[in-house]
Amino acid sequence: MGIENLFLGFQIAISPYNLFVAVIGITLGTIIGVLPGLGGANGVAILLPLTFTMPPTSAIILLTSLYWGALFGGAITSILFNIPGEPWSVATTFDGYPLARQGMGGQALTAAFTSSFVGALFSIVLITFFAPLLAEIALKFGPPEFFAIQLLTFSSFVGLGGGNPLKSLVSILLGFILAAVGLDIVTGQLRMTFGFVDLMKGFDFIVAVIGLFGVGEILLSVEEGLSFKGVRTGMNLKVVFDTWRILPRYARTFVRGSFIGFWMGFKPGGATPASFMSYAFAKRFSRNPERFGKGELEGVVAPETAAHAAGVAAMLPMLTLGIPGSPTAAVMLGGLIIWGLQPGPLLFKEKPDFVWGLIASMYTGNVIGVLMVLAFVPFFAAILRIPFAILTPVIVVVCAVGSYAVHNSMIDIWYMVIFGVVGYVFKKLDYPLAPLVLALVLGDLAENALRQSLIMSQGSLAIFVTRPIAGVISAVAVLFFVLPVLTPWWRRLRGVPAIPRATREI
Amino acid sequence: MRTADLVTASFLMVLGGVVVFDAVGLGIGWGTDGPKSGFFPFSLGVLMIAACAVIVMQAARRAAARPFVTRAQLGPVLKVLWPAVALVALTQWLGLYVAAAFYTGFYMRWIGRHSWLAVLAVAILFPLATFFVFEKWFLVPMPKGPLEAWLGQ
Repeated sequence: MGIENLFLGFQIAISPYNLFVAVIGITLGTIIGVLPGLGGANGVAILLPLTFTMPPTSAIILLTSLYWGALFGGAITSILFNIPGEPWSVATTFDGYPLARQGMGGQALTAAFTSSFVGALFSIVLITFFAPLLAEIALKFGPPEFFAIQLLTFSSFVGLGGGNPLKSLVSILLGFILAAVGLDIVTGQLRMTFGFVDLMKGFDFIVAVIGLFGVGEILLSVEEGLSFKGVRTGMNLKVVFDTWRILPRYARTFVRGSFIGFWMGFKPGGATPASFMSYAFAKRFSRNPERFGKGELEGVVAPETAAHAAGVAAMLPMLTLGIPGSPTAAVMLGGLIIWGLQPGPLLFKEKPDFVWGLIASMYTGNVIGVLMVLAFVPFFAAILRIPFAILTPVIVVVCAVGSYAVHNSMIDIWYMVIFGVVGYVFKKLDYPLAPLVLALVLGDLAENALRQSLIMSQGSLAIFVTRPIAGVISAVAVLFFVLPVLTPWWRRLRGVPAIPRATREI
Repeated sequence: MRTADLVTASFLMVLGGVVVFDAVGLGIGWGTDGPKSGFFPFSLGVLMIAACAVIVMQAARRAAARPFVTRAQLGPVLKVLWPAVALVALTQWLGLYVAAAFYTGFYMRWIGRHSWLAVLAVAILFPLATFFVFEKWFLVPMPKGPLEAWLGQ
């Protein structure tokens, strides 16, 4: 099974056109990752309409490469500018920025990129072997199992996401409600349109992502003033090779970070807690924990390895189950549907060239990515030296272009602005945005799975409990939903004071 | 922060009410071929109202610690927000490219105080580059206005 398929995939991934697409994707992705207000999710969303005319395999390679690039770019802003471009880059700033201020920015960046690469590679290898197995199992799933998995996806945001579990729940509900607006394809009735023609089309997740993550992020980042400040860095081959000589010392941290990342990452919203957890473990097992936070190279290695292992692992449930593990994966899933592919386990049977081309491109994309960012850091860092008054309007216009391109409709640009304000308010009030986007993407799929299950059972909810696989998954989902209620009670019972959670998923 | 929390949760609660109202109109029970259209939205709306009610109660019991946004923070936020709104409004009249030119130029002059030469260069070259990348290369049409009509595009 695996090896010859992977070989087939590599033949697709290393065709000149697809390599070219990967290079373009990584370049754009890194630029997007560096730019404030643009991250993986909305970068992919903005580019999605441009891929409608491409062959699906090349299109997904472009978007995944963009994602790798954005992950690398996030490290640049965290280390040189102390701006975590993505929530999972927050832990990287703890030691990355102090290192940069001590003139060791080059070392920190080399360590970050190398760790990202190692973490990503670890997850890709695991995906290569696990994805076909998981898809094989998932082929036996019916609507009740799929609905149970969706329940599990969203329950893990509520139970494991940190922050206020009720606010996570509200975000999920709002996403589902927005997804339900417009034409109900099953009965042909209009829902929640209240006679407005514009509402009939519903809300597109691409527009929501661009508004929530793009415009909202810019509004939040300018609160501290209308400028970006950064540290200059010297980056050359000598620094890279010198750092590579030191890095094998942190072999344990690499391994630990990779495992934490993969384990947390294939569940939704896992990248941020994974990065914090990996950082905390590295600090605990370090011989000199007091140096963490003041510029310790290991403090960059640990979160970066875990974050990227998690970022890649998020692709596993998207490919095999059709359930995305992160907002970026959710946008890609939306892309699959637009390209006319049915996400889920059947993809492995029906479109092996697509699946294996994608998996192989993860290898090639990350190799190309790490080499490119190592070589061109000064160029990418220079982007943030473009004056604020030029960068901001350019970003806003690009966001507007991306929103309009989805349906060629003006109302979508207005929605983008509204979602931007909503994103700003929600972020300030700690309503997580990732579950909202996931719910918006999965809304129709989840509702259909629920309806079909209920039709199978003649309206009885017992179907989610009595079928063995669905029953187990539902039970875990229910456990996650009640976890926020149980945890304080359990702590009190054992006499341990409640610990406020430091990590929260945004 | 407390007031904003209360207002947001109350607003979402009203939204939940609207959803429930619409769902009841569509029918929330069992139709001839499965659950009716309102079944799923109805559950969402009810859950939304319940969750927001608890959030409101939680927020009401908490003391108002820090403001949602300080005056010093609001200034720059609005300086990004209202020009962005103006851009969208202008796009409706003038098309995206002309609106982008005015918006970029205005922003550079107003916030960045760049020289008129730089302002003109960026305000003309950036929309032009956007035009070629999207309209010509990727064949994604953008909203157009009188200028494009006059140029015969």
